[in-house]
Amino acid sequence: MLEFMEGSHAVAEIVKRCRPQVIAAYPITPQTHIVEDLAQMVANCELDAEYITVESEFSALSACLGASAAGSRVYSATTSQGLALMFEVCFNVAGMRQPIVMTIANRSLGAPLSIWNDQQDSISLRDSGWLQFYAEDNQEAVDLHMIAYKVCEDHDILLPAFVCFDGFILSHTYEPVALPSQEEVDAYLPAFTPYQRLDAEKPLSFGMYATPEYYTEFRYETDQALYRAKESFIKAGREFGEQFGRDYSTLVEGYRLEDADTALVAMGSICGTVKDAIDEMRDAGKKVGLLKIRTYRPFPAPEIADALKGVSTVAVLDKNISLGGGGAVGTEVKAALYGSGAAVYDYIIALGGRDVRKRDIAAVVDLAEKGKGDMFYGLRTEVL
Amino acid sequence: MAEVEQGCELFSAGHRACGGCGPALAARLLLKATGKNVIIAASTGCMEVFSTPYPETAWGVPWIHSLFENVAAVASGIEASLKRQGRSEKVVCIAGDGATFDIGVLCISGAFERGHDITYICYDNEAYMNTGIQRSGATPYGASTTTSPAGKCSSGNLLPKKDMPGILAAHGAPYVATASIAYPNDFVQKVERAINTPGPCYIQVHTPCCTGWGFESGETLAMAKLAIDTGLWVNYEMVDGKVVKAKKVRRKPVEEYLAKQKRFRHLFKPARRDDVIANIQAVADANAERFGIDIKAKESSE
Repeated sequence: MLEFMEGSHAVAEIVKRCRPQVIAAYPITPQTHIVEDLAQMVANCELDAEYITVESEFSALSACLGASAAGSRVYSATTSQGLALMFEVCFNVAGMRQPIVMTIANRSLGAPLSIWNDQQDSISLRDSGWLQFYAEDNQEAVDLHMIAYKVCEDHDILLPAFVCFDGFILSHTYEPVALPSQEEVDAYLPAFTPYQRLDAEKPLSFGMYATPEYYTEFRYETDQALYRAKESFIKAGREFGEQFGRDYSTLVEGYRLEDADTALVAMGSICGTVKDAIDEMRDAGKKVGLLKIRTYRPFPAPEIADALKGVSTVAVLDKNISLGGGGAVGTEVKAALYGSGAAVYDYIIALGGRDVRKRDIAAVVDLAEKGKGDMFYGLRTEVL
Repeated sequence: MAEVEQGCELFSAGHRACGGCGPALAARLLLKATGKNVIIAASTGCMEVFSTPYPETAWGVPWIHSLFENVAAVASGIEASLKRQGRSEKVVCIAGDGATFDIGVLCISGAFERGHDITYICYDNEAYMNTGIQRSGATPYGASTTTSPAGKCSSGNLLPKKDMPGILAAHGAPYVATASIAYPNDFVQKVERAINTPGPCYIQVHTPCCTGWGFESGETLAMAKLAIDTGLWVNYEMVDGKVVKAKKVRRKPVEEYLAKQKRFRHLFKPARRDDVIANIQAVADANAERFGIDIKAKESSE
């Protein structure tokens, strides 16, 4: 049954059904509705969890780390400056292999201060060892939380994950969503069984320091776990499809790519606009398609190369900028397509909440087909 | 993560601390007080590094280290998780003075304000020893460190030691105490009291560092005792914000303590700095006044 609800509320509802035992979060726009809803659920005894009202995002993730190590399923949510404040803890959580799931209501990073959407925040943590999943709409955001817990807690994986959904564009938008019931979630997601935990009955040391003889091997093993997460995600996504009828068994998803000459590559809510723009361009006789990246980490390089075989022009939409180095997704797509013969162009677009319309997507396709790219799209030169 | 085989000592020998390390003794005493039913959360620092070089660990109890400044937040999460699971382990933080007085204050303040049932032990060796003896908020006035060096125009650290016990008492901590490795039974008893007091408790234990302070490694306990005997360190307890007990002494002049440590050598050579020594004596006098530690005629030591 579809229910019409706000994205943040839908996320809070599914998080509740995933039964986290400890929640630690700090309020920041546009993540607030999620953590407010969860606090109300705890206050109403609808959710049996410890809710820690920490004094900062830094402590939010630190408390999650402690609770996870002690053997609880944990949850947090943040965005933007909050995620930046967690930077140090993020690397630590991944290195300590704690299966924490955290929602990112994607938002830009200051300066200048902006509360509006782009994906600079989570993408800036790309090297931290967290899995990163991007939702196109609120249904996918809901579903990815269940999949994320399943993948993270897989004893062959044991990694944390960001479930990213675009701030305001999804978090504050009402859409019809099918919310799995508690029984359905319980059937999909088993109770948390920690691989190891802090326990007086079996004393272990967690988070020891490593000399040069060991450090590289720790990093290698964590890197390998990220690559293994591909199979785990595909399996969890397939099982999800079997139970709920919505299939997530791919790391990337093509839209009208079959005979496309030009492909757009994008992540998150912009994919909806791109699909509409593609339909219009297709109606006008242009052979255009979309490749949506669902898992930015692990980066699906071979899957992208495979999906874009035969495409001559690729336009990557980057809602981020690695200042002095181009868009982060574009850079990696170029590497994935190295030697394929395709011309790959990168467009920095939709930063800090700048709206993107169908005609902007059509304009990007025109630019790419004329060989113009690796640029900021839609710069207002009059204010420079 | 490594497993440990243990005899009766829960903090085992063979770790990599310097000979005469005060913090290592504090760790051993701490676990004597807590016993096995504890989870230790440690900050980055000397103790963390000398006791857990992978794959070796000195800790015979569950132990976790995350970062330098987040130990109180990590402990908050552990405590919440144990509460949810109905488990009985006590949660104890162990952190140095840099992690406690300086970089970790945000997390400590949050954890104490929220009232988690944790005990926070600060082992205070009065500077960043792990990184090479830099000044912290716990460094006493007049001490020379590598970032507050004595020089032609400076007599070392010019700032007073931060009153961390007072700050945590002001958070409403039910039990706050200072202790010294010179009085091991007193420290053990204070830890026992703290872990059995519901709510966030704080103990600051004085742990002289022979390497950082510049004294012979066999003199660690003597140095800790001299700090007490001169009034520069006071062992006291605060219950619900009020000082209820302080160890009384027949005070010696601070010079006896200062002259034995290289960190104060500049107060005696090349020329005596009577002005600075007098200021340090004034710190001890103020401590004696505040805590009432001077033994009067016919009164005996507690």
